[in-house]
Amino acid sequence: MAKPKKPAKVYVNGKFAGEYDKPEDLVKRLREKRRTNELNYQTNVYYNRKTREVFINTDSGRVRKPYIVVEAGKSRLTPEILEKAKSGMLTWQHLIKMGVVEYLDAEEEENTYVALDEAGITERHTHLELDPATIFGITTSMLPYVEHNSSPRITMACAMAKQSLGLYASNYLNRYDTKAYAMYIPQQPLVQTSAYRVLGMKNTPAGQNFVVALTSYKGYNMADALVVNRSSIDRGLGRVVMLKTYETEERQYPGGQKDKIEVPDPSVVGYRGEEAYAKLGEDGVVTPETEVDDRDVLVGKTSPPRFLEELSVFGAVEEKKRESSLALKAREHGVVDSVLVTEGPSGNRLVKVRVRSVKVPELGDKFASRHGQKGVIGLLVPQEDMPFTKDGIVPDLIVNPHAIPSRMTAGHLLETLGGKASSLSGAFMDGTSFSGNTEEDYVKILKERGFDESGEEILYDGITGEQIKSRIFIGVVYYQRLHHLVSNKMHMRSRGPIQLLTHQPTEGRAREGGLRFGEMERDCLIGYGASMLIKERLLDESDKTVQLVCTECGAVANHDFIKHKDICPVCGSESVEPIEMSYAFKLLLDEIKSLYIFPRLVLRDKA
Amino acid sequence: MASKKFSSQVAAFEPVGVIAAQSIGEPGTQMTMRTFHYAGVAEHVPTGLPRLIEIVDAKKIPKKPIMDIYLKSDYRTEEKARDVAYDLESVAVKDVANVGDDLEKKKIIVRFKEKDAKELKVTFKMLRDAVEKASAFDTSVNDAEKILTIAPRGKKGLEITLHALRRLANSLRSALIKGVPGVKRAVVVREGGESFIRASGYNIEGVIANPAVNPKKVYTNNIKYIESVYGIEAARNAILHEIKQVLDMQKLYVDIRHIMLVSDALCAEGSVKSVGRHGLSGQKAGVLGRAAFEETIKHLVNASVRATDDALVGVTENIIVGQTVPMGTGKIRLMVSMPKKHKAKKE
Repeated sequence: MAKPKKPAKVYVNGKFAGEYDKPEDLVKRLREKRRTNELNYQTNVYYNRKTREVFINTDSGRVRKPYIVVEAGKSRLTPEILEKAKSGMLTWQHLIKMGVVEYLDAEEEENTYVALDEAGITERHTHLELDPATIFGITTSMLPYVEHNSSPRITMACAMAKQSLGLYASNYLNRYDTKAYAMYIPQQPLVQTSAYRVLGMKNTPAGQNFVVALTSYKGYNMADALVVNRSSIDRGLGRVVMLKTYETEERQYPGGQKDKIEVPDPSVVGYRGEEAYAKLGEDGVVTPETEVDDRDVLVGKTSPPRFLEELSVFGAVEEKKRESSLALKAREHGVVDSVLVTEGPSGNRLVKVRVRSVKVPELGDKFASRHGQKGVIGLLVPQEDMPFTKDGIVPDLIVNPHAIPSRMTAGHLLETLGGKASSLSGAFMDGTSFSGNTEEDYVKILKERGFDESGEEILYDGITGEQIKSRIFIGVVYYQRLHHLVSNKMHMRSRGPIQLLTHQPTEGRAREGGLRFGEMERDCLIGYGASMLIKERLLDESDKTVQLVCTECGAVANHDFIKHKDICPVCGSESVEPIEMSYAFKLLLDEIKSLYIFPRLVLRDKA
Repeated sequence: MASKKFSSQVAAFEPVGVIAAQSIGEPGTQMTMRTFHYAGVAEHVPTGLPRLIEIVDAKKIPKKPIMDIYLKSDYRTEEKARDVAYDLESVAVKDVANVGDDLEKKKIIVRFKEKDAKELKVTFKMLRDAVEKASAFDTSVNDAEKILTIAPRGKKGLEITLHALRRLANSLRSALIKGVPGVKRAVVVREGGESFIRASGYNIEGVIANPAVNPKKVYTNNIKYIESVYGIEAARNAILHEIKQVLDMQKLYVDIRHIMLVSDALCAEGSVKSVGRHGLSGQKAGVLGRAAFEETIKHLVNASVRATDDALVGVTENIIVGQTVPMGTGKIRLMVSMPKKHKAKKE
């Protein structure tokens, strides 16, 4: 005889609530009550048989997913109910209320046995999956043919879909987002998924359908480069506009002083020169539709001086105002799209200027399909030099076939086929995972329209007009332009600003900085034995200074401008030599001195 | 021949250390954390990056010390090797018996664990002999239940203190029944047609004492121990061998000369040094060079207390100061022999 089991512990929202002898019974009854609406549908019950614990959760923050309830080997979603739901008599909420559909959280899922489709239901099943594709998240479910791709590529495709440029909001012209892109001719994909349609994504599309050929082109699409049809780009392919909003405020300072938006007077401290203010209107703000570039001032502004000056003998000094205008960043240009003058949160006058600049695809811009197949433009080819089919179809894009096998993105090929079939038949294709259109569907359409069933076609060399020996796979793929634009990243420096403290070059594109010559780079030069080059990088082209050093006590000396003498402030010696060193070293000496250690430089003539 | 020799030689002032460091470091980044098992020894012996760090840090005892014991030609068959392995493998009392202390009666009770003992091929008699040898007190034997009871007495016939009783029990637990101390789990391994013994632990002297062991082919991965037994040259070879083995196991190819340079550098002082602030880097000549590496303040303060000069001999020091580094082209001084008439003008 089995010994009586100890009662199971019951927890409600993680807190111990009591014990119960028959946990299976309890769980069953609770679930039944949920399905009959005696309990809220957000309740979830989980029973752990091993530890004999029942968890009842009603709190927030649980991820839940809907399933169809199965009872005694039968789906609760009967054909009659389905018919009513289709006709609109029953809504989703009704189905939940009726106990046909219920939401399970991660814990309760452990107690279930879910059938993938209605035909597969057995006595033991407790639930039925709504659709196999529901295992995917929002982003993934918008990609076509995920089940044909390798998982790393799916992850990449999801990440890149979020970087695509398109129509992020239909009211973008009324918005003043700090930075926004809008595509000239956005399109919805020819191969869609059910989730794409359900979510109405066609209202915020993020790409275009490209005619893609899978072949090489003079080596300009090696290693994930893309060869793009220049004529297509001229017709608006991949073209986006960048909208950037600059803003400035008339700030108030303690003491009643205020900034003023105006065209600054040449007497203002830090005046940028007449040229910089040329595009300002009388009110000190640029007029819309003026072309602006480089460091043009968008809003002229002056601020009161930082420190109050003393009164002079002649009474109050005239106020020396500071220049604090808002200017376009270096190496940027565009057209002033619109100007907005409002009141800021603290009641000050606030000016927002939106500058628009067209970003035509150029060498180095990034594109990606929805299968993690990304690439950058390697060459722009005029249409007349591109290969073409007998029908005169010229690809927009030439992708290298080496991009496919090792990455196992069969979905990309299937979409190519689907896009082609869609273009020929004039209907959108369904690429929903596990249930979308199949290769056979596409083959049938292609055959009907007199195309090769494999999707391959005979192409002719655009330059020589000769027929290309092998047949080439060509079709239509939805490509996204990603917001990594060369024009926003290109950066170089030969000379430029230096940092105040270290006298070393600044860092970063925004500050026109240099590229760091780091420790490992230094090690390489040491390993190579190029000692003069190390000195050039680390000293001559960085923070070289000449400091006066006392030959007697080894301290850093200085020049006395009154006596016109070099003199050591420590020992008073006038025997002082100019020594070349890095400014960072001088700082190091100063810092060591601050530690109460006196570093002496012992000078010697170089051997 | 002479020209071959000179063309093989490294150029003067070539910074071989940096090149060696880069040549080992770059493949090191590709090293997988995947571990390979030593055949036979069930324990997890560190390989790959963890082992490399261990070698370079000159650890006193590696995480898992092991020994490879090769045998004289008469003993190379598997059966004979197994016998030798049995002789070498040390078994302590605690491996085959439960040692308990009865604090009330002031007795130590040793209960024989037959199952474990059978596996280790230890008889009750062996245990009894070992215990009697270790305790030096009267031992009453219960052969039927295989229990030994020891009733120890304290000094000068006094009753033993509880503390001493505990201590005695502990020393009994670790008393050796058989084998070489420090050698545990000896297993016979066949590699390349030869059977040899792989054991965990290390004790070269003890192992060599066995007549079956080839004293010229006993190896351990404990470098510091090799140094103490055979001296610095052996340690140098051991470092070389160990690093090479780690890299080979990951199928990385590094020129042997780079590894030789590293092991030379580690042993150059006459004892095995580590890299890092307690070893090689801590012995750099220049104050600035040491301060730039680690423990900046310590070096600066010491230098100020002793009024140390930095002769600027190292690379780092010269970079800090803003001079050309004394390596490669920076070390070369040109002397122009002037035509005679100009020579007179000098000075």
